[in-house]
Amino acid sequence: MLALENVHTYYGKSHILHDVSIEVGRGEVVGLLGRNGVGKSTTLKTIMGLVRPAEGRVVFEGKDLAGLAPHKVAHVGIAYVPEDRRIFRLLSVLDNLRTGLERPGLSAERRQALLEKVYTSFPVLRERRNQAGGTLSGGEQQMLAIARAMMLEPKIILLDEPTEGLMPRMVGQIREIIAILHREGVAILLVEQNVRLTLEVSSRVYIMEKGQVRHHAPAAALRGNRAVIHQYLGV
Amino acid sequence: MTVPIPIEQILVQTVNGIVSGMILALVASGLTLIFGIMDVVNFAHGELVMLGAFVGATTLASTGSFWLAFVTAVLVLAVFGAALQASTLRPLLGRDPLTTILATFGISLVLQKYALWQWGPSARKIQEPITGQFHLFYLEYPWYRVATAIFAAAIIGALWLFLRRGKYGIWIRAATQDRIMASAMGIPVPLVHTMVFAIGSGMAAASGVLFGPLGGVTQTMGFDFTLRAFIVVVVGGMGNLGGSILASIFVSLLEAYASLVVSPAQAVIASFVALILTLLFRPTGLFVPTPK
Amino acid sequence: MTRDAGYWIGFAVVLALLTAAPLVLPEFWRRFATEILIWGLLAMSSDILIGYTGMVSFGHSAFFGLGMYGAAAALLGVRPPSLWLAIVSGLVGAGVVAVFVAYFSTRLRDIYFSITTLVFSQIFYVVIFTWTEVTGGENGLSFRQPPFSIPGVVSTAFTPVTLHWFVLGVVALSYLVLRRVTQSPFGKVLQAIRENEARTRAIGYPIERYKIVAVMLSGLFAGLAGVLYAIQNKFAAPDFVFFAVSGEVVIFNVMGGMGTLVGPVAGAAFFLLLREGLSRFFTEYYLIPVGIIFTLMVMFVPQGLLGFLRRRLNP
Repeated sequence: MLALENVHTYYGKSHILHDVSIEVGRGEVVGLLGRNGVGKSTTLKTIMGLVRPAEGRVVFEGKDLAGLAPHKVAHVGIAYVPEDRRIFRLLSVLDNLRTGLERPGLSAERRQALLEKVYTSFPVLRERRNQAGGTLSGGEQQMLAIARAMMLEPKIILLDEPTEGLMPRMVGQIREIIAILHREGVAILLVEQNVRLTLEVSSRVYIMEKGQVRHHAPAAALRGNRAVIHQYLGV
Repeated sequence: MTVPIPIEQILVQTVNGIVSGMILALVASGLTLIFGIMDVVNFAHGELVMLGAFVGATTLASTGSFWLAFVTAVLVLAVFGAALQASTLRPLLGRDPLTTILATFGISLVLQKYALWQWGPSARKIQEPITGQFHLFYLEYPWYRVATAIFAAAIIGALWLFLRRGKYGIWIRAATQDRIMASAMGIPVPLVHTMVFAIGSGMAAASGVLFGPLGGVTQTMGFDFTLRAFIVVVVGGMGNLGGSILASIFVSLLEAYASLVVSPAQAVIASFVALILTLLFRPTGLFVPTPK
Repeated sequence: MTRDAGYWIGFAVVLALLTAAPLVLPEFWRRFATEILIWGLLAMSSDILIGYTGMVSFGHSAFFGLGMYGAAAALLGVRPPSLWLAIVSGLVGAGVVAVFVAYFSTRLRDIYFSITTLVFSQIFYVVIFTWTEVTGGENGLSFRQPPFSIPGVVSTAFTPVTLHWFVLGVVALSYLVLRRVTQSPFGKVLQAIRENEARTRAIGYPIERYKIVAVMLSGLFAGLAGVLYAIQNKFAAPDFVFFAVSGEVVIFNVMGGMGTLVGPVAGAAFFLLLREGLSRFFTEYYLIPVGIIFTLMVMFVPQGLLGFLRRRLNP
């Protein structure tokens, strides 16, 4: 459904992504592992149109996303949950969610239904719905960021390091959220440093190093393969 | 030799200050919105006020209706502002702020001289729609002034509601806080920019028409508005809508009180001093809660 | 070495042309040539800030105006009117303003600095305009032109030709001084500040000091231009302190080419000639086409005429 083909991306003169090719099938959960700074976030940004690839293509459902502005990429069915969450701090929780609901062709009932669904999955958001986003705790902000993405009813969610900065017990909540999304048929491209979580939830995993994809295997194969994990991730 | 100023004069000046403050607030809120969302310091903003006043005066002269003139001016300038932004400012997005201030400066020159060419060097008049005065202390105070302040407040109130509630309000607020994330959420940011510029231009036109009966309509009136609006936006906190409204009233009151002591031409220094003191001691803005 | 030699030959040629100009040009164009030099000096002074340090000043009219009024004060207050006293007095006037602006330049960045310079020049404008007893208010001050004098040696009145040569001498000298400054290590630091202030500060340069010197330098030379203008025209008026002058200076800089010193002079010449030429057809609306050209240049040719030509000549 989503494919990067031989993508090269630069930041100014720095060559960040070298010939990166990644695929995510419909409804799949795919992991992207690697140390800090190998280009995982840049890969997501390239898909989202926040950064233009110098070479290569990003193809979604058969269409080349070349040069599409990020808001058009969102319309096509790709949602983005960035590394630092980037919730709108001065907007209320409800207004944060509404940024994903104010799109054409969405009836008022449908909107209400989507909100209800998300409030049910994340009760704390219902509680805090009139509070400013910036007053939420780290874990709550992460939930809000994901819930906000779900408002777009996307076909795939790009999740960038959701467990970063969260307390260990919240990792379980993230695992549950990913499971919920997977059940609903939403594909996920999960960028993470938490190897264990990634191997648990993903069907396939790519490992990146220095801007290149170095290893690609089904998660099952990697679960036992300590050597590879150690080589690329030092864990 | 100190001359005690009678309390009635101070009170009258308070009213005057609030009236000018509300008109200035209309101008400044547009400027603040524009700066907040696209980091553009619109040097030509005062010229938009001036053009609004001229369009209003011309429409009034041919139709005789103040309200028609008002609405026409607002719509014409909103459309013009949108066109201006889309053609000249959108390509400059991402370049350094100095470039946009220079570009809008160039635009202000063109607009000012265009007005001269289009309407000639003589001033125009806009007659107030509400005549009549009421007794305010020792003066016969025009109803129009009070009506203007209330009307301006209503417009600002409507803007506030628009931003808090509707779909476009969310778009604007989100795009102001985080342009990139707003885009990733499917909000068409370039369109929102144009929308905000149109709103700012429309509000500038509104204040031009409202100001017309008070101060006349001249081709050079723009610069004063630009200068005052800049001062207010800085004093109120760049990008802070509530702050610029409060600052507009604050600065206008300062000037009103100052003109009790010095000539009106010199009273304008009061706002300059306010700016300088703000920049020295509270550079994030006088009415911003606490500088983070 | 040939490039340097070529440069100096070019300089000498221009200098020769400008020296010969008043001898062959009719009265009007003679004055015009002198004025171009004066505005050119003003534009150069502004370039130090805009082109080299990256600080856009919208208040250069204040330096210019105070140089003018400072000279006026000397020429009216001291009999017989002394040229050198006028110059010193004008520089002092401009210097005082420069001290204020320098102080603010160290505390404010970018837009805030630009707006403040604008506000400053407006303060001076309002004060000068309204303080009629001292400054002549709206009507300004008029005075006699001082003779060119070297105390004890010679004292002759200026003729339009000799005045032009005097102005040319002052401007050429100023150009050489400013050029020396911009090419010195000091000048290089200014440019570093323009490129990336944070990084330059991180490397360890005391940015504030550099900015203060840059502002003082810029202000003094702008004041000098004001003095020359006062001497040439024998009057001082608040119009020259008004924002419009600051705006024109910025136009000279952008159109001519920021950061080149010569560019702004060319920009001044270009603008003044355009104004002269276009006002034949457009009368007072010449600013419409000029304004459009300016805006387009800001958008598409930000390196100005000189930068554009440079690119053409050195592919």
